[in-house]
Amino acid sequence: MIPVKHTESDSPTEGLDWQSESTGTDMTRGDRLREFYERSIYEPAIVAWADLRTRVGLLLLTVYLAIAGVSVLGLWREPSTSQAPRLIGMFENWSYPLGTTSSGVDLTAELVHATPDILLMVLAGGVWATGLAVIVGTLAGYKGGRVDNVLMSISDFFMAIPGLPLVIILAITFSPENPIFVGVILTINYWAGLGRSLRSQVLTIREDSYVEASRTMGTGTFRILRKDVIPNLMPYVTVNFVFAARYTIFASVGLYFLGVLPYSDPTWGVTLARAQENGALFVPEAAHWLIAPMIFIVGLALALILMGQGLDRVFNPRVRTRMAGESESTAEGDETTTKGMI
Amino acid sequence: MVNYYVRRTARVFVTIFGVMSLTFGLIRLLPGGPFTQLRVQLQRQGVPAEQVNEQIANLQNVRPDAPLWQQYIDYMISAAQLDLGTSIQYSEPVAAVVAEAAPWTIFVVVMSTILMFAIGIVLGAVQAYWEGSKFDTITSSLSIVGMSIPFYVAAILLLLFVSYRWGLLPASGTANPNIENHWSLDYAISVLRYGALPILSYTIVGIGGQALAMRGNSIQVLGEDFVEVARLRGLSDGRIALRYVARNAILPMYTGFLLLLGFRLGGTVILEQIFNYPGLGLYLLDAVNSNDYPMMMGTFLVITVALVIGVYIADLTYSLIDPRISSGDSSEAY
Repeated sequence: MIPVKHTESDSPTEGLDWQSESTGTDMTRGDRLREFYERSIYEPAIVAWADLRTRVGLLLLTVYLAIAGVSVLGLWREPSTSQAPRLIGMFENWSYPLGTTSSGVDLTAELVHATPDILLMVLAGGVWATGLAVIVGTLAGYKGGRVDNVLMSISDFFMAIPGLPLVIILAITFSPENPIFVGVILTINYWAGLGRSLRSQVLTIREDSYVEASRTMGTGTFRILRKDVIPNLMPYVTVNFVFAARYTIFASVGLYFLGVLPYSDPTWGVTLARAQENGALFVPEAAHWLIAPMIFIVGLALALILMGQGLDRVFNPRVRTRMAGESESTAEGDETTTKGMI
Repeated sequence: MVNYYVRRTARVFVTIFGVMSLTFGLIRLLPGGPFTQLRVQLQRQGVPAEQVNEQIANLQNVRPDAPLWQQYIDYMISAAQLDLGTSIQYSEPVAAVVAEAAPWTIFVVVMSTILMFAIGIVLGAVQAYWEGSKFDTITSSLSIVGMSIPFYVAAILLLLFVSYRWGLLPASGTANPNIENHWSLDYAISVLRYGALPILSYTIVGIGGQALAMRGNSIQVLGEDFVEVARLRGLSDGRIALRYVARNAILPMYTGFLLLLGFRLGGTVILEQIFNYPGLGLYLLDAVNSNDYPMMMGTFLVITVALVIGVYIADLTYSLIDPRISSGDSSEAY
């Protein structure tokens, strides 16, 4: 569902509103900033904070950023072999909270120092996949005709290739070590599906009256896309950014686990693979070796999904208006309709 | 109407053609250039220099000394005849190895996908009907947790507990190797027992996402006017639930299904490695690790073709359910 939100080009409501230049000078920079703050930061923040899921998600994400900070600032020891007694369990010795491996590596150190790279990778993957999808989807949906046909044929081709096998072959071809490059390779064909669904959303938006107004005024395609179309897609894009990021974590850990991606410092997937190779599946004393990286992986994915669910609410216009106290009755009415079905 | 099917079918062939060209290009991209590694390997084995080119030609259906366009045409023609070259490590035709592996992968992917959708849809529909209840809250929370667990984590945990700790189900392989008769009931049961864990780990982590999607769609459809009208007409609750709500709520999930199929087919590379389940994914990984290029490209090609055909079938059935699809994709240009 697309919330119809007024965009910058049609928001001034008083006076000669089609003369966007003159209204721009009427408002001082301070007013604009304040309005921007009210609309884009304060109100969404209130709605988001009201949702428990956002709060938990944000908290979890902060924990990961803090862990990355600990690693970057060097507040925890670097992982190395024989730095600790072998196979200490989880929470047995507080110098090594998550335990140690069979070669005496501090698991906490190994996992903490992998975090900054993983976060970079996830960010790169998410930005690349959603960015490309937005460009392709909006352009194809808005322009239509031949542009649409060509772009959608390309997306269909990429959608027809199963992601992981292609990534594996690309990984052995390029041997990427830079986390940002890895993130891009992992989502090399993720954008295609998202681009397609964005296109179908744009197909409805482009018929809206304010888009048509911009078009009759002779505004350029890219300006219309930037000012009128993309802002209306933001909710959908944000939620899908979160999903793309989650996919990047899953794929990266999976491929490091398989050992097809090169590495200099062990990442979470490498830790998992080493645990499996060293028999953590059969040896009960080594089970924590598997569990510890799993906690890191699932925790980050959970943080992202909770954030996505919370953000979904922020962009849901029904919730927004209820927060602004404008149309309490509509929201209530909707709830009774659904309840009445039971 | 007919036009749509013709175009859709033509696109399958165009896509397969494109993927075949892509594999040809990828072989040339791979480290060490085309067959350099293989040539060194053969020479080290003491194969005379003049025979090396001939052997390579046999393995990949491509003569390394021919010009590039000639190589391309040779490669495409033999691939179109289902001749995917010879595996370097097994010295067997790739097509034979793949034919043996493909059914297992398809078995796991299809079974788990059907299970996941069936359970997810039922769960999501029930949640939507009891929206806001305790059941809804608990199931939604569990769904979110399920969405944040990658399938391989679930697979390792299942392996750890169900196979190694409790010894309930076998940890690797496709069926009990001691059963000779492949058409007996015992064999079928052993196939299910050996496949249970891979299927289960693929299913349980996927249910949550489907349930949430179904729940959201159903709640939206429940608020539509036509549902209200149907109730005013006095139609039975069961009829409304199935014909009006479920059908319209499931339709949007179809597109997601197509993407999901791709992720799941590709994911078998990891899944089959964990369970040592000799399907396409395991052979692909095996080929990657031993630089068996013909094998690698063969399995990659077959996984892709499986996906293309899966999507094709889904598309055709979708257009049967939703008549809007085949009628119009008229989008005029701006």
